Amino acid sequence: MQDLLYFSQQLINGLTIGSTYALIAIGYTMVYGIIGMINFAHGEIYMIGAYTALIAITGLATLGVAWLPVILIVALVCAMIVSSAMGWAVERVAYRPVRGRHRLIPLISAIGMSIFLQNYVHLAQGSRNIGFPSLIEGSFRFGSSEGFQMSLSYIQITIFVTTLICMTGLALFISRSRTGRACRAVSQDLGMANLLGIDTNRIISATFVIGAALAAVAGLLLGMYYGSVDPLFGFIAGLKAFTAAVLGGIGSIPGAMLGGLILGVGESMTSGYLSGEYKDVISFSLLILILLFKPTGLLGKPEVEKI
Amino acid sequence: MAAKNFGHAFFCAFITLIISYPIIGFNLEAQGIDVTLTGADTTTIVLVLLAALVVFLFQLFRDQIMGALKRVPMPSSDANKEPMAENKRAKIESWILTGIVVFALFWPFFVSRGSVDLATLVLIYIMLALGLNVVVGLAGLLDLGYVAFYAVGAYTFALLSQYLGISFWLALPIGALLAALFGLVLGFPVLRLRGDYLAIVTLGFGEIIRILLNNWTTLTGGPNGIGGIPDPTLFGMEFGRRIKEEGNTSFHETFGIAYSGEHKVIFLYLISLVLAVFTALVIRRFMRMPVGRAWEALREDEIASRSLGLSRTAVKLSAFTIGAFFAGFAGTVFASKQGFISPESFVFLESAIILAIVVLGGMGSQIGVVLAAIAVTILPELAREFSEYRMLIFGAAMVLMMVWRPQGLMPMRRIHIELEKQE
Amino acid sequence: MLEVENLSMRFGGLLAVDQVSLDVQEHEIVSIIGPNGAGKTTVFNCMSGFYKPTGGKIRFEGKEVQGKPDFKISRMGMVRTFQHVRLFGQMTVVENLLVAQHRHLNTNLISGLLKTPDYREREQKSLDRAAYWLDRVGLLSMANREAGNLAYGQQRRLEIARCMVTEPKLLMLDEPAAGLNPAETKELNQLIVSLKEDYNVSVVLIEHDMSLVMDISDRINVINQGRPLASGTPDEIRQNDDVIKAYLGEA
Repeated sequence: MQDLLYFSQQLINGLTIGSTYALIAIGYTMVYGIIGMINFAHGEIYMIGAYTALIAITGLATLGVAWLPVILIVALVCAMIVSSAMGWAVERVAYRPVRGRHRLIPLISAIGMSIFLQNYVHLAQGSRNIGFPSLIEGSFRFGSSEGFQMSLSYIQITIFVTTLICMTGLALFISRSRTGRACRAVSQDLGMANLLGIDTNRIISATFVIGAALAAVAGLLLGMYYGSVDPLFGFIAGLKAFTAAVLGGIGSIPGAMLGGLILGVGESMTSGYLSGEYKDVISFSLLILILLFKPTGLLGKPEVEKI
Repeated sequence: MAAKNFGHAFFCAFITLIISYPIIGFNLEAQGIDVTLTGADTTTIVLVLLAALVVFLFQLFRDQIMGALKRVPMPSSDANKEPMAENKRAKIESWILTGIVVFALFWPFFVSRGSVDLATLVLIYIMLALGLNVVVGLAGLLDLGYVAFYAVGAYTFALLSQYLGISFWLALPIGALLAALFGLVLGFPVLRLRGDYLAIVTLGFGEIIRILLNNWTTLTGGPNGIGGIPDPTLFGMEFGRRIKEEGNTSFHETFGIAYSGEHKVIFLYLISLVLAVFTALVIRRFMRMPVGRAWEALREDEIASRSLGLSRTAVKLSAFTIGAFFAGFAGTVFASKQGFISPESFVFLESAIILAIVVLGGMGSQIGVVLAAIAVTILPELAREFSEYRMLIFGAAMVLMMVWRPQGLMPMRRIHIELEKQE
Repeated sequence: MLEVENLSMRFGGLLAVDQVSLDVQEHEIVSIIGPNGAGKTTVFNCMSGFYKPTGGKIRFEGKEVQGKPDFKISRMGMVRTFQHVRLFGQMTVVENLLVAQHRHLNTNLISGLLKTPDYREREQKSLDRAAYWLDRVGLLSMANREAGNLAYGQQRRLEIARCMVTEPKLLMLDEPAAGLNPAETKELNQLIVSLKEDYNVSVVLIEHDMSLVMDISDRINVINQGRPLASGTPDEIRQNDDVIKAYLGEA
């Protein structure tokens, strides 16, 4: 009984982390699907989202606003606006001018952008990690056998619900809206979409903005969940989310969701049953193994080499 | 048109404000558990507003500015110029290089100990960057975990000396070969991946090695690292005040001169210099050999290379292994210079710095890479007040270089080959 | 020397090549023609090892090669050019030819580092071979230009020279006349014939320029929608009703 409780607890923790990975992974996968590049700076955009949310929350506290829904909504909106603007600007400054050049060039540009943003926040806010108020306290507790109690905290529930709303919204947007349809067309064939009169530049920008906004949501959620942020906050999370995107099949949005959940659960099981120190090793090894043996991921389409 | 430009310029300025004001304009301060928010000082706010104004003006007059920039003659308009005749160029080059090396040999005797120490570090970075240049610049494989091989070299020496008492000179080839072996073993499965996947996988490898070093406490000492790594000896002569190893003599007593801490620093510098020159010469030779041409061919067009009978795996693996070899070299020297190593020295940031050196110098260009290594290491030391902006500037420079001058500051020059007409 | 037997290639649900057969004898120029999208280049990609065919056999000098890695096939003496020229753009013209001779060179790293006499001798031989072929295609004076800066017609010729320095037995040309002006096409015509006559190379040619095809081919294979439509001498093909229909768009 205790084993089962322990297992369920790890499962819940894993799904929590996994659903935020999925939110970040969407940004990687959408950008990859449309322009075929890895947006290395995406992890930093997520980190900036978390910082903005923290600034908003602290600012509201200074002003004396104490009503939780207002705090959450204002923090969320601020984070999404700043991250989206950042995503837009990054694409404009660092990626658009090098689009279509030798494949190494956009990639190096993206790495440069990632280093730049990390240090931008580092210089502005210092390198120390700063406490992030958890805001949503408390949990449901159940089943206590031999001292082990399983808990499902309210913040975990918030994370699930928010992720679910975002994913549903995204799915509706992609399938119903004009821009969403244009997105799909561009990811099928950029050149053709251009010929058909779709403003591909605008669609690419939109992709970056959507990815960044979702990353900002993840930033707020994970900030509250972990309880602190620092400028390196985005680097590892970005790498994990990228792993999730590849695991699910890069370019595929349902794949990113699935990959995120699997990775989160895998990690939480590793720390629960093996050792927390090696959980990063497990996820990187997982990434390497997938790329070697099934580079198309679980739900990705195979790419035919064109000659 | 003007109205549209105005709107766009206004939008861009607005975005600039959004992405800079919240992050720069407010300071989060942690006091215990409490976090407070303070506004930044007036100068910062004015700077942010100024930045937005600059963006606004730039976007408003974008066409005029770009037009003006185009009229500025570009020095790189030698697209159709043939390279200078090889014999002439080789002569000039070898004179200049010999001059620089001779200068570098005597220079340390006239400057301060700190400068020599810094110069040794520069030479280590030169070795690293020349090695990475093979992988990224010539073969076109983006390796973001290069620092892992550097760590293998450093830890090999540290562990060998700690457990087996092996000296620097023996550890140098062992460390380099072991790093090369790591390159070979790790490279074999990953090199068939596409470019961007390769970058991520090598990044993952680098992190795995660092995490292992951090957690395998019984062997590596974990985050505490390994200390007491011996200095190199000169034909059995030690540079310390007292002899540590039985059977060795001490340098200052043998030559009957007073002990000075500087001897050791200069000796290490000279070793690094010799090794860096060796690295440069060997790689230069490789570049003119079939293997070097195969690296470049694979970077230029993988499919065409394969259609001409080049084995993709063999060619990539050779570049990866040779790059790793020189990283191992540099690692051994680094361990000896520091006397102490810990996983802190082998983080992703190091890989990024080495990559920045290669990119700034000019991918494939040896002279460019050497100059960039010198600049990147020394400039932050000269302008200490700016040293915290170092990585910010690197990041921005990498983006700007890719946008404006992807071939680097000193692009690679092609080799001129004399041909005789055949009948 | 080359036999292709019932070659099929399927991509997911699409059967791009269906039961195509052809054979090439020594000292022969064989053309593959057909409308756009007929699967000609896919046949080439299977023959040169870029694709692993889903069915059928390819024999080169009696040895089965289907599914072998591309670089091994090329080392056996089957070398190709590409529909869209694929040069090593940032390398010089002569370097392009040196890369191609990789397997003739002493690739031992140590002997290269030490510049042993054997190494020097082989290096010189490959330089001479490069010079010979550059002269042959009229590019000797351009030897040290970057290949990417050549004019289009020159790039096409360089690509053929790059194949020839590997001393192939069978040369596969994928639309070598595409984008050339009539004068250049005429030169190409002479060059291909001379490859066969003077250097004893067999040629498989994919081409849309019918006058070129009819002029130099010994035999022609017609493919339509992935399936073989006809094969025979140029005269037979010219009078074949199916071919005429396919080309006039009635099919």
